[in-house]
Amino acid sequence: MYAQMVKSEASTDDPEKLAAFQARIDAGEKIEPKDWMPVGYRKTLIRQIGQHAHSEIVGQLPEGNWITRAPTLERKAILLAKVQDEAGHGLYLYCAAETLGVSRDELTEMLLDGRMKYSSIFNYPTLNWADMGAVGWLVDGAAILNQVPLQRTSFGPYSRAMIRVCKEESFHARQGFDAIRKMAEGTPAQKKMAQDAVNRLWFPALMMFGPSDADSVHSTQSMAWKIKMNTNDELRQKFVDQTVPQIEFLKLDLPDPGIKWNEERGHYDYSDPDWSEFFDVIKGNGPCNTDRLAARNKAWKDGQWVRDGLLAHARKKAARKHAAE
Amino acid sequence: MKNEWPLWEIFIRGQHGMSHRHVGSLHAPDAEMAIKNARDVYTRRNEGVSIWVVEANNITASSPSDKGPLYEPSESKVYRHPTFFDIPEEVGAL
Repeated sequence: MYAQMVKSEASTDDPEKLAAFQARIDAGEKIEPKDWMPVGYRKTLIRQIGQHAHSEIVGQLPEGNWITRAPTLERKAILLAKVQDEAGHGLYLYCAAETLGVSRDELTEMLLDGRMKYSSIFNYPTLNWADMGAVGWLVDGAAILNQVPLQRTSFGPYSRAMIRVCKEESFHARQGFDAIRKMAEGTPAQKKMAQDAVNRLWFPALMMFGPSDADSVHSTQSMAWKIKMNTNDELRQKFVDQTVPQIEFLKLDLPDPGIKWNEERGHYDYSDPDWSEFFDVIKGNGPCNTDRLAARNKAWKDGQWVRDGLLAHARKKAARKHAAE
Repeated sequence: MKNEWPLWEIFIRGQHGMSHRHVGSLHAPDAEMAIKNARDVYTRRNEGVSIWVVEANNITASSPSDKGPLYEPSESKVYRHPTFFDIPEEVGAL
């Protein structure tokens, strides 16, 4: 998902405290920043929320790419609002991570030098306007499936950030569906573009949920702590089940010949994505990894004088006020 | 000197007549910019009619370990609630 393959940290804390902590979580209590928490819980959450935040920020790049080339003024205003939302989502999440004792600048630096990851999906290019529809519909649609259950996560600030994000996220998925629907119902050339976008983005969207984690130790610990609410496979199946009828509604061809209704399971069967491609993208070898990190590094470097200048101004003003009192 | 912008806690009045409520936090160089940023981050969909910003390090919070001494005393004072008193029905509204 927006946070993929988050390694959970073992805790070396007092077993009695650990048991009491687990009992609070099992009772549905929220953990707040000043409460005692296991070292592993804190570290895992910083990694997960940080990765989630970075994904929101980097996720602005593939869509920002099309703001100036949107086909109408209305589509442009909508896309602009969506990309601005993504910045907001990143900020809500950074703030949640900061309550755990890591600073914003530390998080940013870890993204910029590659120590922290962001979702694999944003390392794919957006080649044309149809991709804007497909990204909103499929990518944000996949993200929603992960974020809705996270509203119930055990860590209070993360849960509250997710509630805000979810309120805004369905606008994202709907505007995407609306944009691709326009093309799917348009001229043959437009319909062809819509089909091409779905074909290209289908498997990368499935990869967002991460590899099967049925036997993963990390998953088990994170699920016990309620910082991961469902297995990757559960969410991926849910995504396929909800999306296939939508593709059919658009009268587009299914992007995977393996998609078939399985009466016995009550779910659609589908083909596994190419996981070697996924691991390669995670390692930094996707089509856009270099561009994405270069763009973030440039923005951080180019903004340095603004950050420093505003802070110097604020300090000067404060010193003057102090002197006058 | 550390050059990270300070953290501000943001409080928003959602509607006229309601209290300001904590909605989250953000970084800004000063109070004026904190309000401008809060407007962009927390009120993109008509969520507010008024914003307060407070620098986070000016907030003093109670500690979770004080929960007992702070709140337990009120648990035994059930008579502070109106439902403690039996009022005969014929007395009417009271």
